Amino acid sequence: MRRLTLAGFLAFAAILVVLAWLLSPYHLVLASRILILAILAMSLDLLDGYVGLTSLGHAAYLGVAAYLTGFVAIGYSDNLLLLLAVGILSSALMGALFGLIVLRATGVYFLMLTLALAQVLWGIAWQWRSVTGGDDGLPGIPRPSLGNLVFVSSSSFYILAVVMFLISAAILLRLVHSPFGLTLQGIRESSDRMAALGYNVWLHKYIAFVISSIFAGLSGVMLALQNGIVTPTQLSLHTSAIGLLMALIGGAGTMIGAIIGSVVVVLLEFGVSRYTERWITILGAIYILIVLFAPEGIYGPLKRLGQRAMAMISKKPAMGEPS
Amino acid sequence: MALFVIQLLNGLSYGMLLFLLAAGLTLTFGLLRIVNLTHGSYYMLGGYVGFATIQSTGSFLLGVLAGGAVVGIVALAMKLLLLDRFPRDERAQVLITFGCLFIIADQSLAVFGGTPQRIPTPVPFDGSMEILGKLFPVYRFVLIATGLACAAALWWLHERTRIGVWVRGAVHNRDVAQAMGVNVSLLTTGVFLFGAALAGMTGVIGGPLVGMYPGGDFEVLGLTLAIIVLGGVGSLGGAFVAALLVGFLDTAGRIFFPEFALFAIFAPMAIMLVLRPGGFAGRL
Repeated sequence: MRRLTLAGFLAFAAILVVLAWLLSPYHLVLASRILILAILAMSLDLLDGYVGLTSLGHAAYLGVAAYLTGFVAIGYSDNLLLLLAVGILSSALMGALFGLIVLRATGVYFLMLTLALAQVLWGIAWQWRSVTGGDDGLPGIPRPSLGNLVFVSSSSFYILAVVMFLISAAILLRLVHSPFGLTLQGIRESSDRMAALGYNVWLHKYIAFVISSIFAGLSGVMLALQNGIVTPTQLSLHTSAIGLLMALIGGAGTMIGAIIGSVVVVLLEFGVSRYTERWITILGAIYILIVLFAPEGIYGPLKRLGQRAMAMISKKPAMGEPS
Repeated sequence: MALFVIQLLNGLSYGMLLFLLAAGLTLTFGLLRIVNLTHGSYYMLGGYVGFATIQSTGSFLLGVLAGGAVVGIVALAMKLLLLDRFPRDERAQVLITFGCLFIIADQSLAVFGGTPQRIPTPVPFDGSMEILGKLFPVYRFVLIATGLACAAALWWLHERTRIGVWVRGAVHNRDVAQAMGVNVSLLTTGVFLFGAALAGMTGVIGGPLVGMYPGGDFEVLGLTLAIIVLGGVGSLGGAFVAALLVGFLDTAGRIFFPEFALFAIFAPMAIMLVLRPGGFAGRL
């Protein structure tokens, strides 16, 4: 089974790389955005699907990394490794700080506290014009370079996004299947029981929170580099909610569903906005419909459908079905 | 000295406006455990509806009533058709309110355009009076009086009536209240409707002062959120104190450190979360 998963992962990676030669530059931009936002969705799924904590404040970690990437890239260096280090370190510190506060709460209180703290950073970015540029943002962020490589063309930047996505997916998938990940799921099911078994529940949640912040930050670094500009939108409720929506569409606790969620949201945004001026109304309505009709996401039902189809093909009745 | 008194009055009137907005949100949160992201939109929608009504009828009072009624109907539809399908699923609920925020913001933009609108100050109160040699708009006193009257009425409802006992009981423990014979489902719908309509009416009442503009919904949402965290969720008294504090801080911040006015509001909230996670009211 494990070998099969690895084979599937490698095949998926190969498909993503091959797409760099098949897609037009416009579609490569879309595909890069999908992969970058999928990292955010996965980071949220780690908390939502495996620890049972719904964060509505991941814009904080994404946005802080994006702004610091902007500052360093504009004023100092466009070295990719440096920018990644800055982004990851800043989001880790932010997550470590905010995690201390928000992890005292659970459930809907946790959701509200994460949102409230993210709003603090949004307020700073919005009003501190002399440093952040206010709502004009920080324009003119150059594309990153690594030695002689400069990721300017849409295909080279897409490859970079693929690499970042695959690294994130590999680490997070490995993590959720590790003893640490299983402990997290135990905490999700019953934190009291895990505490009684001698696990340090708070520490596990805290580490998961910081790791989740780091991947949100990675998403922020890449988003800043792709857009060439950072605005308060990256720190806003909008970013947090879209991330949560992508995680929900994919289905909680599926990780791989994150990319499905990201595909759906990005294609909707670009697709609908091309056809009508009132696309935000349409998007709002579609988001509500998705929640109404697929509250568990679409990956789970799709997977069951696939299994049933497989069972039909091999002429064996699926589990639990009358033969 | 005169400037100080004027700013104190400005902060007080703004704080009263914020209290009217936060009161509905804090009760809704306490009762339903929903983070209603549409609450700022209720304020904006109410303001726009009031604006249109006042333009066509000329009556400020009708505008206030229309703002409250339309927002109340929208909120009731949201609650019964959407939110009630997902009891205790905070993620689904918050995303539904997020979708509604999108729709209301975009439709307001489509109907009323992107330029900021201001509701004209109603006639007997559109003048100014002199305070310590400075001119001060009379309407701000009306706001302060309205806020105080509403706060008193809410306090009476909450502390001295049977409905108030039900609400407090259900905020404290929903299941026990249900078992004791309180119709919690009807109660929560009523409170949700009431809080939304109050926010809608506040949009009209605050219209001459703040006005309506794209993005105003987000701004109000952020401020009311800070207030209910500061005050302690589900607590009207806490919301009152916190709203006044935020009103003063915002007024002072805009004058003395405009680049950090929002930070001046959110920083005390963050400090409160560290020191007293339950807010002024002290429960979490």
